[in-house]
Amino acid sequence: MKPLLEIKDAVKTIYNDDDNLNILNNINLTINPKDFLVVLGTNGAGKSTLLDAITGTNKLTSGKILLNGDDITNENLAKRSRHISRVYQDPKSGTAPRMTVAENLLLAKRRGLPRRLRLRKLKENMPEFQKLISNLPTLDNRLNTFTEKLSGGQRQTLSFLMAITQRPELLLLDEHTAALDPQTSKDLMELTNKIILEKELTCMMITHDLSDAMKYGNRLIVLKKGEIILDLDKTEKDKLTESDLLQYF
Amino acid sequence: MNLIVSTISQGFIWSIMAIGLFITFRILDFPDMTVEGSFPLGAVTAISLIQSGHSTLYSLLIAFIFGCLAGFATAFLYAKLNVPILLAGILTMTALYSINLRILGKANMSLTKSTNIFNQFGLNKLPTNFNGIILGIIVIALIIFLLIIFLNTEKGQAVIATGDNETMAASLGINTTVMKFIGLMVSNGIVALTGGLIAQQNGFADVNMGIGVIVIGLSAIIIGEVIYPDVPLSIRLITIVIGSIVYRLILMVVLQLGFNTNDLKLISAIILALCLALPTIRAQFLKTLRNGVKTK
Repeated sequence: MKPLLEIKDAVKTIYNDDDNLNILNNINLTINPKDFLVVLGTNGAGKSTLLDAITGTNKLTSGKILLNGDDITNENLAKRSRHISRVYQDPKSGTAPRMTVAENLLLAKRRGLPRRLRLRKLKENMPEFQKLISNLPTLDNRLNTFTEKLSGGQRQTLSFLMAITQRPELLLLDEHTAALDPQTSKDLMELTNKIILEKELTCMMITHDLSDAMKYGNRLIVLKKGEIILDLDKTEKDKLTESDLLQYF
Repeated sequence: MNLIVSTISQGFIWSIMAIGLFITFRILDFPDMTVEGSFPLGAVTAISLIQSGHSTLYSLLIAFIFGCLAGFATAFLYAKLNVPILLAGILTMTALYSINLRILGKANMSLTKSTNIFNQFGLNKLPTNFNGIILGIIVIALIIFLLIIFLNTEKGQAVIATGDNETMAASLGINTTVMKFIGLMVSNGIVALTGGLIAQQNGFADVNMGIGVIVIGLSAIIIGEVIYPDVPLSIRLITIVIGSIVYRLILMVVLQLGFNTNDLKLISAIILALCLALPTIRAQFLKTLRNGVKTK
């Protein structure tokens, strides 16, 4: 199987006056199509930095990133966004507050494409957006609601829908349920899992929740001090318990 | 009566500048000091061109283009060289003072030619001061129409998204740097165009006529928002016009009460400060009222 994403000898160094710190220390990682990779690690382990490097928000100090075999190491964020979408931890990070739910979805539908001087097609897309949110009680009938009027859970659900509305080759979830209350977090995680499996998306999900890490995904890695210290496939992962995982922290 | 009509006429013309300022202040969500330089830039450009024999429409077109270039300079400092926006605007504004002097050749110039846009195209047949109102309505209608069309294009939506949430916009592949350039250029173009209109209405251009225009523009925007909160973007553009007229009427009343005209800038600043503080004062008042009711 041709890998979707290959990270080769990735190093990210922060230069201080006294000491240089490797946030990512020689990371080698291959993600195959339909992988649902769960990433665990303590704060400062380099999880978000790894996602930043993949999206192009933060460039690597050295190393390479290949997408479908093409070197994207030096490609900018805009070019990479055609293939990669990301949901952030903070519900406010993923949506435009003074635009409506439908306007946000329309923006996301043209993710990575040039924005031309032609009228947007909001009305034409409304039936599609209506269908997208029809099974979601939290967002149903809210297409014309300004995003700033939505709750954190509703905004994060919208961020997730925006990330998948134009099918991404790689979906990155950066602790996307961490800022929500337990019930909303559970609901969004269930929705996330359902859609990933239904659409056969390739996904990399960072979480601090060990039970979510055990329950979801078909692969698990643990990062510690910028290095991958554990990489398990579905079979190996299923043999683990939460207390087994704890010893890696 | 004539004073009120004159005040309303000024309100219409100044609201064009406020609409330009709205693009940076509310859509892109940052304060742009460039307007204090681009406003007199438009004025000196228009007066110089008319004085040298060019048509009034041509002078306004060139004023608009020069304003766009001023916006480009600020955008370059801010979006390309990472100079903080406030400082970038101040730098361009300062540089424009010298450029305006160069264009005009002196600190101020009167329009000795009898033609200006307020007495052309049949506007001279209207009663006194009504020409300003009619011209203002035509220009405002045109600018609001074009802005609404633009903001409903993919590019316009990208500009709004950039001001709303830059992180999100960038992650969706929007080139936020380009959007800042577009916003600053269009904004300062409109402000310079207003400078050209005001100079023709007043019959002179002065390199110092930009001092305080940001306060005038912000007052119109804020008063509009206080009167009509929570309205869609297209309606907000119209509320700016209403805000501008109300602001001018407030100034007129204050001056009629016998205040010294030298205190005009001070009064303008106090009016803006009051308008900005109004939501907080109103919330505090309502809170006190509620607590009072509970105590009883």
